[in-house]
Amino acid sequence: MHLSDLWFIAIAVLWAGYFVLEGFDFGVGILLPVLGRGDAGRRVMINAIGPVWDGNEVWLLTAGGATFAAFPFWYASMFSAFYLPLLIVLVALILRGVAFEFRGKRESARWRFRWDAALFLGSLIPAILWGVAFGNVLRGIPLNAAHNYTGNFFTLLNGYALLGGLATVTLFTLHGAVFLALKTTGDLRRRAAGLAWRIGVAAVLAGGGFLAWTEAAHRAPGHGGSTGAASVALAALAAVSLVGGVLASRAGREGLSFAGTAIAIVATTGALFTALYPRVLPSTVAPGYDLTVANAASAGQTLALMTVVAAIFLPLVLAYQGWTYWVFRKRIIAPPPAEAPAADRSVASS
Amino acid sequence: MNVLELSRWQFGITTVYHFLFVPITIGMAFLVAGFEAAWLRTGHERWLRLTKFYGTLFLINFALGVVTGIVQEFQFGMNWSEYSRYVGNIFGAPLAIEALLAFFLESTFLGLWIFGWDKLPARLHNACMWTVAVGTTLSAYFILVANSWMQHPVGYTYNAHKHIDELSNFLAVLFNPAQLAGFPHVIAGCFLTAGALVTGVAMWHLMRARGEKDGDGSTRTADIAAFRSAVKAGGITALAGAVVTIATGDIQGKLFTTRYQPMKMASAEALYHTAKPAPFSLLTIGTLNGSKPVFQITLPRLLSFLATGNWDATVRGIDNLQAHYSQVYGPGSYIPVVPVVYWSFRLMIGVGLLAALIALISLWSIRRGALPRYRWLAWPVIALPLLPLAANSFGWIMTETGRQPWLVYGQLKTSAGVSANSAGEVLASMIVLTLLYGVLAVIESGLLLKYIKAGLPAEPEPGEAGGPAETAALVY
Ligand code: HDD
Ligand code: HEM
Ligand code: HEM
Repeated sequence: MHLSDLWFIAIAVLWAGYFVLEGFDFGVGILLPVLGRGDAGRRVMINAIGPVWDGNEVWLLTAGGATFAAFPFWYASMFSAFYLPLLIVLVALILRGVAFEFRGKRESARWRFRWDAALFLGSLIPAILWGVAFGNVLRGIPLNAAHNYTGNFFTLLNGYALLGGLATVTLFTLHGAVFLALKTTGDLRRRAAGLAWRIGVAAVLAGGGFLAWTEAAHRAPGHGGSTGAASVALAALAAVSLVGGVLASRAGREGLSFAGTAIAIVATTGALFTALYPRVLPSTVAPGYDLTVANAASAGQTLALMTVVAAIFLPLVLAYQGWTYWVFRKRIIAPPPAEAPAADRSVASS
Repeated sequence: MNVLELSRWQFGITTVYHFLFVPITIGMAFLVAGFEAAWLRTGHERWLRLTKFYGTLFLINFALGVVTGIVQEFQFGMNWSEYSRYVGNIFGAPLAIEALLAFFLESTFLGLWIFGWDKLPARLHNACMWTVAVGTTLSAYFILVANSWMQHPVGYTYNAHKHIDELSNFLAVLFNPAQLAGFPHVIAGCFLTAGALVTGVAMWHLMRARGEKDGDGSTRTADIAAFRSAVKAGGITALAGAVVTIATGDIQGKLFTTRYQPMKMASAEALYHTAKPAPFSLLTIGTLNGSKPVFQITLPRLLSFLATGNWDATVRGIDNLQAHYSQVYGPGSYIPVVPVVYWSFRLMIGVGLLAALIALISLWSIRRGALPRYRWLAWPVIALPLLPLAANSFGWIMTETGRQPWLVYGQLKTSAGVSANSAGEVLASMIVLTLLYGVLAVIESGLLLKYIKAGLPAEPEPGEAGGPAETAALVY
């Protein structure tokens, strides 16, 4: 195995980490208008992810930085090709990021409503668009000989990629519901679990459909061998753990069901990346214009350096992020009823 | 405007904007951690109240630092894809390392600090903020490694087959001499910025307390004691920062004039013709293309001394350098927009030092337990937090525009680094980001002012053992 193959795996791991962690953040944001009853209820939901959302988002930044370092040609072509969708994602992430910090800083109900809306849209839009983006990466985009994109915004809106968007948004919403059932108490916990069942059906259909379509039509040609089989196996694992996660949620096994949706997301990401390999950004113009692990990678020195750095620091990051989850392991308890009137008053006053 | 010009404007706008929040984050992280440590050490409530008060301002600022940083991370690929291909082998590495080493540290431990008041032992809680502070500094180090490499490329070999630069010596990149001078300059600037903010806000409260005649005497005495401590801590930080920026700025000037980018420094001095000895320009009005000065006031020999340490040395002028570069790199203009470089250099120094002066007067005005007496100090005190922000922006504008037409000095021109996107796309993103940033600036300023005016959080009741004021579980 070349170091560039190792870095392909590393980037898959970073995206998988991002989707598992930020996936439930997105899900909680998407469910805010559905499950959040009253200001106090919404605060409980937001505070359930409050201590960790920024650390979770750094998985994306690291995936971006690592792609830049290990596969500069991939980074350059992909991000310039997805210019407008990426701009939309960035705007969404900006609104979502400030919403966390700003929402509670004024008492006015209108102020809070606006930031809740920002949190909702800032979670919903990326949750859809990441799936659309991955769909397009697997399907291939029009790249010319210089690896520059020759399509336009609407090239990216094809059926397969849109199904990808549906798959990620339902998966993340389910993951968020399951997370809320695990992290909250009382009424909210019950309603989140109830909702998980219904979203679960949608996620199984959309996610399963997307994976099946990927394996049938968008797996790397001529690589039916080991990676092809691995991709099918990972897709199957994703399907099984997703169904298992939904059933476990039904049975009130909250920890198990969260593990199920988390594994489903990791396995889905893995299935997509193995289906992509050894390409990183296929060209629909001519196979010769494909960006591949080999022709997009940095030279050996850079990859060796990055390998050493990652080998030392990634375990460290996992350790202290893990510790954070342990520190905040307790369920978030809604404020006692004595406080509730105060929240209602602020709603009524404007 | 074409794609190149639009991309340059967009990068300039988003980056200068990002760097309004960065220096406050870096400097304040240390100050807030220091306030909390002082509380743990002395047990005086005023340090806890200062921790909470300035901690809130820090968090409001941090939010915008984070979200504008995300744009930065993706912009290279979106707008500068040719550049990303050309330099990714070298430039990508510090960027990835920054995320892995620094961003994870900052974001994770800040989450622990915000939500951990009643979940972590006090010392561990304080350690979280120190970790955030270290994280911000690491982040600055690695991103400035990347930037210094663009200013003065080292540790690479050119791969003629692929037309890209490849890494040959990472240690050389990490300890680039341009970085060793530039990093302390930027960090010291951050301390000046945060120190000025802390001082300005505290002075404003002290001056207001002097204006008020009555009120609840006891809280006011406690508030005054706390803000006096803040003026001292902030003022000393700002002055120390100013001293180090001056010292390191001088080193940078010498390095860049004599070795790395003589054209940038000739433009910063509007020195059109090579001179021995060279005069220092107090005021120069010249033509935009740098062909000649129109009007000048100069001090003899001073530039020779500042640029080289020798009163008689030759300093090369713009015309001479242009002729030289045309020979080395082929025909074309190698002259940046001289007035921009010249004035931003002067404004960086002038405005930054003015802030240091106001900080010094502030310290003086509260000596021996007095409330600040000078009425005329009110406006300078309000300006105090803003001046270093301007100085930072001018510093970057001079550094980055002074490097033009190069993107990577001597290797890749800015015009060769831009993406193949359409002008419409870039125009759309520039408009969207600029409007969004504008709106966020207004909201952010409003919030900061609200929390500044609200003053210190209430003092804990005598029995309350200094616990946090708000319910810790529901912070947001
Ligand atoms: C000298 C310091 C410095 C400079 C020149 C830059 N930054 Fe920055 N950046 C920081 C210092 C910093 C910081 C202190 O670490 C920040 C500021 C506020 C914050 O939240 O962290 C940050 C935040 C920040 C974040 C968000 C991190 C998070 O989620 O916690 C990203 C992705 C970037 N930056 C990326 C960049 C890029 C790609 C830059 C180059 C154009 C850049 N920054 C210039
Ligand atoms: C590692 C950090 C940085 C990198 C890699 C970097 C790189 C670049 C790049 C690629 C451009 C575009 C080329 C151009 O427009 O000329 C640029 C321009 C610019 N940058 Fe930086 N920059 C960094 C930090 C900063 C910071 C922190 C600021 C200011 C706060 C800044 C201010 C500017 C400005 C004002 C321009 C426009 C200059 C012009 O177009 O003439 N830069 N820089
Ligand atoms: C006597 C005082 C100062 C001198 C002689 C000085 C000198 C310099 C020089 C020569 C550069 C350009 C280096 C390059 O091209 O890379 C620079 C850059 C810069 N300066 Fe200053 N400076 C002074 C004060 C300040 C102050 C007070 C601040 C802010 C508070 C500041 C902030 C910056 C920043 C942010 C940069 C860009 C980053 C860099 O290139 O290192 N400077 N300064």
